Amino acid sequence: MNRKLIAMLLSAGALIAGPARAEVTVGVTLGATGPGASLGIHYKNAFQLMPKTLGGQPVKYIILEDGSDATNAGKNARKLITEDKVDVVMGSNGVPSSLQIAQVAAETQTPYLCLTPIAVKPEQYKWTFSVPQPTELMMGAVAEHMKANGVKSVGFIGFSDGWGDLMYNATSSLGAKYGYKVVTNERYARADTSVTGQVLKIMAASPDAVVVGGSGTGGALPHVALVERGYKGRIYHNHGTVNAEFIKVGGKAVEGAIAPTGPLIVPEELPANHATKAVSLDFTKRYEAAFGAGTRNGFAGYSNDAVMLLGAAIPEAAKKAKPGTPEFRAALRDALENVKNVIGAHGVYSPTAANHNGLDERARVLVRVESGTWRLMK
Amino acid sequence: MTTDIFLWLTQDGVTNGAIYALLALALLLVFTVTRVIFVPQGEFITFAALSLSLLEAGRTPGTIYILMIAGLAAAAIEAFGALRERAWRRLPRIVLLYVVLPVAVAALVAWAAPRRFDQWIQALLVLAMVVPLGPILYRVAYQPLANASVLVLFIVSMAVHYVLTGLSLVFFGGEGLRSRAFWDAKFKLGVVEISAQSIWVVAASVALILALWFLFERSIYGKALRATAMNRVGARLVGIPIVMMGHLSFLLAAFIGAVSGILIAPITTLYYDTGFLIGLKGFVGAILGGMGSYPLAALGSLVVGLLESFSSFWASAFKEVIVFTLIIPMLAWLSLRSHHVEEEEE
Repeated sequence: MNRKLIAMLLSAGALIAGPARAEVTVGVTLGATGPGASLGIHYKNAFQLMPKTLGGQPVKYIILEDGSDATNAGKNARKLITEDKVDVVMGSNGVPSSLQIAQVAAETQTPYLCLTPIAVKPEQYKWTFSVPQPTELMMGAVAEHMKANGVKSVGFIGFSDGWGDLMYNATSSLGAKYGYKVVTNERYARADTSVTGQVLKIMAASPDAVVVGGSGTGGALPHVALVERGYKGRIYHNHGTVNAEFIKVGGKAVEGAIAPTGPLIVPEELPANHATKAVSLDFTKRYEAAFGAGTRNGFAGYSNDAVMLLGAAIPEAAKKAKPGTPEFRAALRDALENVKNVIGAHGVYSPTAANHNGLDERARVLVRVESGTWRLMK
Repeated sequence: MTTDIFLWLTQDGVTNGAIYALLALALLLVFTVTRVIFVPQGEFITFAALSLSLLEAGRTPGTIYILMIAGLAAAAIEAFGALRERAWRRLPRIVLLYVVLPVAVAALVAWAAPRRFDQWIQALLVLAMVVPLGPILYRVAYQPLANASVLVLFIVSMAVHYVLTGLSLVFFGGEGLRSRAFWDAKFKLGVVEISAQSIWVVAASVALILALWFLFERSIYGKALRATAMNRVGARLVGIPIVMMGHLSFLLAAFIGAVSGILIAPITTLYYDTGFLIGLKGFVGAILGGMGSYPLAALGSLVVGLLESFSSFWASAFKEVIVFTLIIPMLAWLSLRSHHVEEEEE
């Protein structure tokens, strides 16, 4: 009797663990706890809204928690690929975590849809597709606006982590082209209780404008401190900062803050002929219906767009191989390089072999805080 | 560096240093009385500050659930012990302290939250929510191990810290909050403008430090605390209830943490995990003071605040490195100077 049962269980197990499966498995690692929680929660939320079939294939999502820790993110990616045999990995909400996943993805030859803007090593580029707008594209909008307003010197203050570095590098490298000089490189931590020292140093350099390289509510601290010290120039932020909490925390002091962002933050105000208007509006509406009014943010949009890109690539890959096999993973990677004009909530994606992001100027808008909300700058 | 920059930085450093000083005192108090290195001290700051911000927004803070959960855990432990010893008479007291009191506070807060009372009343509500957490935590986590080694107690502290940070994320969310200033005024003092809030911080710290000094010097409870800190066995021999002193020291620590949280909430953006770092800097201050003397700990904290402020001006990317490196020479000196005493004194 017992032996029979074991035999039955074994055969059932063999059926489940078979090499080829009928469904596409998506492995996701995100940090909805730990220091990156404020971003990770939104990334994770979005997966609740994702379709259960993509490109005609049923899809299963396996979502693991990495606590915003790079080592954990790498471990999770490895576990997803080796144990769960996922066809594609997605994640995570931090630059160091994403770099770890990129390494694992390249090693195991698994396509990786990266949810943070990262610059990977050339040998890992083949398997990594970065979903968010490249930092230069976003900060380029800021640089253009600064040039149009005659800004010659820029003070920089940003997080003392990878995000701060990314923002500083983008801001300073665009300087030559747009005719300004970055005069300070001040750093602070999200949990700092005061940025008086850094702000005084910026004030002493008296730049025409200040760029803040923080994210979320963390961007409010230097802005408020600058305004309190009577700084009169424009203060620019980045796409990591644009959410409702930033304004809640900053209050009146952050009126006039300017930031680049994806069109999904202000879909209602986009002109009717904007390429992503319908998709952005639809996603924002669904997200706010599920998680409450005013919860719209860019991060959830990246999760959405990664899934959209995957959906566009699946039909082509499914023609060549069955999900769950290395051949399918390779076919999926090739297909991701060849999809055209995939309309996401953030922009229109047309990745190529040389450009694994494929977004253009349509993926960015400038927004400004006006009477307590982010409004599109016309 | 010009004079006005120097004055600004000094003002900023003193404000932060005052908060660190309060925390250093709380850490020192808990350590000397119970030998617990109280890592979760910072969580009281977070709970108090975020609760205040939420009350201001007219929302019910999740702190009440944390309080009720902790209260029930303590009640369960106490009741289990009482049942095993068949000490039925202890039950009403247990229910009153660990069930009725937290639930009553929770009900009061839930009732008061949407009514948006005056900021002072909100601050009192925050104290009512956060302060009982101190003794409850002691009952749940530390009292069963009161005689364990410092290392074991430290490991327990880390565990409590992670549990509280996790609960904090669940109930407050990942984004930061900031509350309104108690008093918006600004005073011109030469070139430097001093905000009323930072005067509040410094004044409240000084008042609290004086009150603590008074407690220790003049009251019987304070003297009992000091006696326990000096020699636990001796204190027990002369009839001082050691367990009660543990509760009392945690009560004071929670009170100090909550007050620091209320003071700091309007100055900066606080996240669910910010308190830990603030508490850690208080700890650095206490170590700079030799981990044994209250005035030196306060002075050490002031040094930490000033150093932090000036290094954020000169080399902002290395600010934390500079502050935390400070303890290395101090620790080396402390360990060279001390004649090593084995842990098991009792």
